[in-house]
Amino acid sequence: MTRTTRLLLLALAMPLMPAAHAATYALQPDKSALTFVYKQMGVPVEGRFKKFSAAIDFDPAKPAAAKATIDVDLASVDTGLAEADEEVAGKNWFDVKNFPHAKFVSTAVKPLGGNHYEASGKMTIRGHTQDVTAPFTFAARGTAATFEGSFVLKRADYGIGQGEWADFGTVANEIQIKFRFPATAGK
Amino acid sequence: MNERYTPTAVALHWLMAALLAVLFGVGLYMHDLPLSPWKLKIFSWHKWAGVTAFLLVLVRFAWRTAHRPPPLPRSMPAALQFAAHAGHAALYALMVAIPLTGWLMSSAKGIQTVYFGVLPIPDLLGKNKELGELLTGVHAWLNYLLAAVVAGHAGAAIKHHLIDRDDILMRMLPRRPPQPPSHGELS
Repeated sequence: MTRTTRLLLLALAMPLMPAAHAATYALQPDKSALTFVYKQMGVPVEGRFKKFSAAIDFDPAKPAAAKATIDVDLASVDTGLAEADEEVAGKNWFDVKNFPHAKFVSTAVKPLGGNHYEASGKMTIRGHTQDVTAPFTFAARGTAATFEGSFVLKRADYGIGQGEWADFGTVANEIQIKFRFPATAGK
Repeated sequence: MNERYTPTAVALHWLMAALLAVLFGVGLYMHDLPLSPWKLKIFSWHKWAGVTAFLLVLVRFAWRTAHRPPPLPRSMPAALQFAAHAGHAALYALMVAIPLTGWLMSSAKGIQTVYFGVLPIPDLLGKNKELGELLTGVHAWLNYLLAAVVAGHAGAAIKHHLIDRDDILMRMLPRRPPQPPSHGELS
């Protein structure tokens, strides 16, 4: 086997190898989903954000070196009802005029075994910053990978839902955030 | 022999009448309320009362099967007897169809019906905005139809009482407690 043939075979085999090197992932926006589930009068109701972006550096071999920044355009909230979208964008909830974005910046990622990991970081909404921890899974195939997980935040920690909505009797304090980010590794 | 409705049938009839009157009034009042915790509460209560009305109509069916209603007076012309039976059939059909459309519209709007906030009733339809709006219209129009049939039903009962002077109305009214035996007049 000549040296050239060996190099050629290696090049052919490359895409089959797991992407076990550090990579910067870019979301596939049309396939990514950022949804939330909250309880309204005891009934779980789901909504989503239509616009968000993320920058993720992740290497499953070195999770401690991972970095992620997620930015959510809060005005893109979609509750399924136009009047609720308007209400939630308003001053009692997100107050998007003054605080258009929610931002998550990771501070640490640790492995939980298998393809499970846990990201810790700072979540900022309405000018309030809180520590959050989100377990997630990482599934890679070639240069494509999917980050998927969920965590619970308490709306009162961020001043989301003020005035007549401050009481948790109609809308519960706990909001589950679910993310599914299919992404492609860049160079 | 069987000239009157059973006390159970009478109780179920008037319980249903009261429940439907409240449900109809609340439905009219609540549908264009601005979004608020009060609106979420009253929608939930309306749904729970609607589920209750649906269960009550099933109980009435079961009772009616086991205890046949008293026959209509023989003096009634055949055409009017037919109209009376058709009217009752329409009332029952609407008492079944209206809660069903309410439940379906709730599912289509992405808000599951959870009976008293405890018992989730499965969603038969997925979230679908257009279908939700269509079912809202169907629910409203079936209610206007019910109001019209109920007006005819009550009007007919009054006509029987005042014009035909038969016992049609009386046999559906709660029986008065037996009068104490009289001890002669002006003793």
